Amino acid sequence: MSRFAGVKLHVVSGKGGTGKTTVAAALALALASEGRHVLLTEVEGRQGIAQLFDTAPLPYEERRIASGVGGGEVYALAVDPEAALLEYLEMFYNLRRAGSALKKLGAIDFATTIAPGLRDVLLTGKVMEAATRERRGGGRLYDAVVLDAPPTGRIARFLNVNSEVAGLARMGPVRQQADSVMNLLRSSRTAVHLVTLLEEMPVQETVDAVTELGEVGLPTGAVLVNMVREPLLPAASLDDIAAGRIDTGELARGLKRAGLDITDTLVSALAGEAADHAGRVLLERRERTTLGELKLPMVELPLLPGSAELSGLYELARRLQAGGFA
Amino acid sequence: MTRAPAAVDVDELLDTARILVCCGSGGVGKTTTAAALALRAAERGRQVCVLTIDPARRLAQSMGLTELDNTPRAVTGVESNAGSLDAMMLDMKRTFDEIVLAHADPARAQQILANPFYVSLSSSFAGTQEYMAMEKLGQLKAQGRWDLIVVDTPPSRSALDFLDAPQRLGRFLDGRMIRLLLAPAKAGGRAYMKVFTVGLSMFTNVLTRIIGAQALKDLSVFVSSLESMFGGFRERAEHTYRLLKEPGTAFVVVAVPERDALREAAFFVERLSAEQMPLATVVLNRVHRSGAPTLSRERSLAAAESLAAEPSADGGETSLAAAVLRVHADRMTTAARDQRMAGQFSGAHPGVPLVEVAAQAEDVHDLDGLRSIGAELGSGPEASAPLAG
Repeated sequence: MSRFAGVKLHVVSGKGGTGKTTVAAALALALASEGRHVLLTEVEGRQGIAQLFDTAPLPYEERRIASGVGGGEVYALAVDPEAALLEYLEMFYNLRRAGSALKKLGAIDFATTIAPGLRDVLLTGKVMEAATRERRGGGRLYDAVVLDAPPTGRIARFLNVNSEVAGLARMGPVRQQADSVMNLLRSSRTAVHLVTLLEEMPVQETVDAVTELGEVGLPTGAVLVNMVREPLLPAASLDDIAAGRIDTGELARGLKRAGLDITDTLVSALAGEAADHAGRVLLERRERTTLGELKLPMVELPLLPGSAELSGLYELARRLQAGGFA
Repeated sequence: MTRAPAAVDVDELLDTARILVCCGSGGVGKTTTAAALALRAAERGRQVCVLTIDPARRLAQSMGLTELDNTPRAVTGVESNAGSLDAMMLDMKRTFDEIVLAHADPARAQQILANPFYVSLSSSFAGTQEYMAMEKLGQLKAQGRWDLIVVDTPPSRSALDFLDAPQRLGRFLDGRMIRLLLAPAKAGGRAYMKVFTVGLSMFTNVLTRIIGAQALKDLSVFVSSLESMFGGFRERAEHTYRLLKEPGTAFVVVAVPERDALREAAFFVERLSAEQMPLATVVLNRVHRSGAPTLSRERSLAAAESLAAEPSADGGETSLAAAVLRVHADRMTTAARDQRMAGQFSGAHPGVPLVEVAAQAEDVHDLDGLRSIGAELGSGPEASAPLAG
């Protein structure tokens, strides 16, 4: 059941509020089976990984953060654009010392926050470097890299930034670097997964993102439907209940039978809650159909009681494994 | 321990504020909140303009935001004799283009618009959107057509970007870096080598090595065009920033009862206080409540279990009641969690007003939906205020 066996770089995006950081972390745990090393990275400076794993803020340095579901190792890295730039200068030009001079001139600030796209170039560049880094004695250092990426509204632009830079810098090392990042991102070694909820806006953004990614030739992976709730009402009566056509007499008799003191207020309040619930289940059903039309692999993840505690992450990781990520 | 949040009269705010800025992290319903506040203010008799950034398609359609011409259009269906509502959706590239066209002679403007760095900066720089939202706010304010302008903020990486990006961009366009980049364009050839310091030549050398000479030239031409045009970009950014501190401006921080969203809201509340910018209220969207709070979750689940254990002869009434009781228990769990989150926030931020909006069964996509949210934000269904004579 290893649908994404050839994928080395898993990019996880999603609309704000869909839980993409949680899902990215769970994916890293899922991929870290026996003997495998997985790197979980974030690029938005929010320290979301540290918060999720309840550790001190991550430095610009890879460190082991958890054991995977199958006993592998998960490392984490918060990519900082400024540090990435200094590292980049050192790696390619042996210019680390120039870094502080450039900083004084405001050049570092310029490159990391202002220069069009350069920030994203640095971030994607660092992620690529980690994804392709070799271990001493050959072979990749990391078996997989999971990127907690910017939200769906910006994902295509973020990943495609290197082709824009290639348009601006027509030659030179930046151009070469940009080209090699694009080669990795456009290859079958990369998959962009989209986290969504069964709600209108996130689903719409997911559909839009699939289109945008397709337009720029980036490979879409799976749709990861997060926070899926169990339907509690019988499927056959959903339409009636949602429309308010619940048999309140029958409901009242049932409640009485359960030994509850019933009043009209109670019965109608409960009928109202049932109608809301049924309405939501029907909406979720429509959204699920829309997602199905994308014809992408789809994995559903349950809503966890208590917001994303560690044990919950492992539960999500197991669901992802069962859904084809192993 | 939780504390009741401070009270706020949203209707009074809507009747008196000049600018309302809605901010918060992504996915918390900022746009809907902004639109609901704007509609309610209009129906209370004010001339209102709402500037949205990225509305959901159906909401945009319901507000007549189908034409993307970057100017406010009247929203039809506003139920008020005195008030009116205009709405617009920000087109950041176009706003930037308009500034260029307004401040540069036609030939120069075309040169700028075609420069690859301009194209990239104006359409994809994360920060341009924030800057242009502020720019547009300044323009709308200067027109003087509206009593109240409600601004939705861009879906930033974090809510704070909205406050920082305009100044950052302004600082850059006005700063030392720019002057350095201008150098090659102003002084050509050997004179340039003599005049400037070792630091500078190292800097340009590095840049040339990294991005290539042609790109550096494009960048430099772009920057010099911008400079000649703007004079004080920073001043402009600071002007809009000051606008946010003027009396009559108030911030509405939008959140949902989720850990991440509330953390962002807390950052924002603290930042506003540090900047001495007025926080009007926190709006907590998607709060679950129950109409039958006296039937506890535990009692409800126990009753459902007992029904499942002893079904009625035909099973109908017991299975329906058991299912409905489970739905109720689920709702009580969510409601308790939401109250806990809201209570923690209020406890940590005493004195910060907080208004709750109940979770909606579906996304809002018409004026009626906005109206009912407005009613929850204000006090009651009647939007119209007796206009003070």
